[in-house]
Amino acid sequence: MATVIVNNTPVEIGADERLNCIQAAAKIGVEIPAYCWHPALSVVASCRMCLVEVGDKKPDGTVQMQPKLVPGCQTPAKDGTVIISDSPKVQEARKATLEYLLLNHPLDCPTCDQAGECFLQDFSYRYGRGYSRLQEPKNEKPDKDHIGDQITLFTDRCIMCTRCVRFTREISGTSELQVVSRGSHEEIDIFPGHPCDNKLAGNVVDICPVGALCSKDFLYKQRVWWLKTATSVCPNCSTGCSVHVDQNEDHVYRLQPRPNPLAQGHFMCDDGRFGWKYTHSEQRLGSPGLRASGQIVSKDWDSVLQSVRGALKKAAESGANRIGAMISPWMTVEEAWLLCSYLTGLSPKVTLAMGPVRIVGEDDHYPKDVKGRAVEPVTFTIRAEKCPNRAGVELVLKHFVKEVIPAEELLRLAASGQFKAVWLVGGDPDGWISELQAEAFSTTDTVIVQDFLPSPVIRHATHLLASGTFVEREGVFVNHRGLAQLIQKAVRSPDDARPDHRILWDLAERRGLFNGDALRKEISEAVPSLALLANSSLAENGVILR
Amino acid sequence: MSESSKQVKWVEEPELGFWEATFVPAIIQGLKTTLNHVISHKAVTEEYPEVKPDLPLHYRGVHRLNRDEKDRVKCVACMLCATACPARCITIEAAPAPKDWPDRDKFPKSFVLDELRCIYCGMCEEACPVDAIELTHIYDLTGENRDDLMYDREKLLGVYDETKDNPRDPVRTKRGKLGAAADFQGLPTLGPATDVAGNDRSARTGTSGVIAGSGAPAKENRS
Repeated sequence: MATVIVNNTPVEIGADERLNCIQAAAKIGVEIPAYCWHPALSVVASCRMCLVEVGDKKPDGTVQMQPKLVPGCQTPAKDGTVIISDSPKVQEARKATLEYLLLNHPLDCPTCDQAGECFLQDFSYRYGRGYSRLQEPKNEKPDKDHIGDQITLFTDRCIMCTRCVRFTREISGTSELQVVSRGSHEEIDIFPGHPCDNKLAGNVVDICPVGALCSKDFLYKQRVWWLKTATSVCPNCSTGCSVHVDQNEDHVYRLQPRPNPLAQGHFMCDDGRFGWKYTHSEQRLGSPGLRASGQIVSKDWDSVLQSVRGALKKAAESGANRIGAMISPWMTVEEAWLLCSYLTGLSPKVTLAMGPVRIVGEDDHYPKDVKGRAVEPVTFTIRAEKCPNRAGVELVLKHFVKEVIPAEELLRLAASGQFKAVWLVGGDPDGWISELQAEAFSTTDTVIVQDFLPSPVIRHATHLLASGTFVEREGVFVNHRGLAQLIQKAVRSPDDARPDHRILWDLAERRGLFNGDALRKEISEAVPSLALLANSSLAENGVILR
Repeated sequence: MSESSKQVKWVEEPELGFWEATFVPAIIQGLKTTLNHVISHKAVTEEYPEVKPDLPLHYRGVHRLNRDEKDRVKCVACMLCATACPARCITIEAAPAPKDWPDRDKFPKSFVLDELRCIYCGMCEEACPVDAIELTHIYDLTGENRDDLMYDREKLLGVYDETKDNPRDPVRTKRGKLGAAADFQGLPTLGPATDVAGNDRSARTGTSGVIAGSGAPAKENRS
């Protein structure tokens, strides 16, 4: 056990922790400002913002301070290290550094997208001088919107921390971004004709501490202080990146990665980052419906759910194994549990199948070398399995049935006319059933479709339940390695659509509003493999089930 | 809180004298006021709408969006007015500025101000970093339906064209492009915006525009 002294306060550091001065100070809530240092990137100590006084405490109790200030990001905290971050000397150095960083900064905060979450603003406010002594014209550099399909560079706002350059070299490995020229003419740029278009490019916008790199998708859409944030999980592949969903007035504006050492680390891929657009699609199913004289007619939820219950009851009474259900890997654990327990409650023998699990290509590992081959050690993986919760749904299904059958098997059974009623849950925005597959249900009496986008199977649907996307729902997703993470409701569903958890809660005629905590407790008591769902740390970084 | 009897000071009602008891002086006093009104009458009624009222200079009426020296909308779509607005009556949609506006990054693609919802508090005017939105002396706005009073960008620019030459509605301030701090070419270097510590070495060097006073002890250290 090592002890570091930060501003006269001893801080205990674990034996296997390798921390620098910034991290050691953060342990007791002392902020050492830094721009170029990022926990996931290499150390360059170029911004000089984290300068602190560092010394050594000798065994005889005397403290030997180093005469000069040293960068805190580059100085390891070891037993007896003394860090002083609030002395006049340090404060003077910070003021001088900030004045220097702001020399050529345009100070166009009102029109800058980063304003409100900008480290240059924050640190200038906390540690800066508040005025400039520059008498010369500022060095104005042209903006570069050719830098990537998704990113744009406001060159004059850049403070040359080179986080983005190191990101493309170390995390994505694609090395598109680089520093050109020297001194005050330094600029971030690309090699002509090689834009920064890799699948992790969106991350450079997040790691940019100022407003230099901006997302073209989010540019000028909202001021960041209007956004309300919910914690969630990206559903686009089974990596299950922890994310923040930023919304305002029920409109999602962006997804940002939420650092989570158990899930993906600090970053996320662009497929997920921009892969929520279907949430606001014009095609969204707006209200529940019933089939009357060949047409789906919009109805209110009470009568649709009443009709669903009646139809399922009739099917259950007509004999054993006359009900089939396709449980989508896009459902949360809670939703799968509610639906399975309702159906098995009607008839102990029902057919429960895992919905189609879309596999696209192979797992995509980063960093890549010049030829596009993955290099060890892997920093980021985009998985081929394009659904968020296959593992979680499988655990629930295994509790209810001996054998989990794939979707094709259910289609075959349906085509053979075994079922009187089927419940089909969609949820895959890129389509989950083809025209041909949908024909399997043409002769089934009752086809209940729960989905938020139109699909070929709606042609045969007798009951239509307009459900919600992942930003409208609450529950647990279990990723490829068994990490259970909580997703929070960020926005309300459009029109008369309802989030799946609410539909199924109402279907089961449970009292009151959906209560996730109580439901997870119920599941954790019933299913041993999901016992950790009641764990209180689920809401933060999640819990690993195995 | 109950008072103790020692703290209470009892005051006797003054007794009425002879003349006061007759009420004659009080009646004369009252009649004098009445007669004064009869003799030296000054009308306070305003003949509105034939005669328009003389409003104070700080009157806050309908908004206008100012134009810059090139006749473009001055607004930079920073949305600080929409943020400051307590009635939430301003809706701005921003877009990247047209390519032939090299000095601007962002401009308002649409700017809609709901004059019915507005409470005319003037916060938008105060929040604006470029003095693009201002309140004029126009108070008698009418419309046939609610949409008529949803003032869009063109309508607000129209109010500017209508009022800019009126001496009551001068373009009040001439701040820079994005406030003084950003207008680094035209304006002299600014003095400290915040208090300066007396021992701040760098503040001792002379900077133009330092305001001496209790808030800025920098000057006394300069000698």
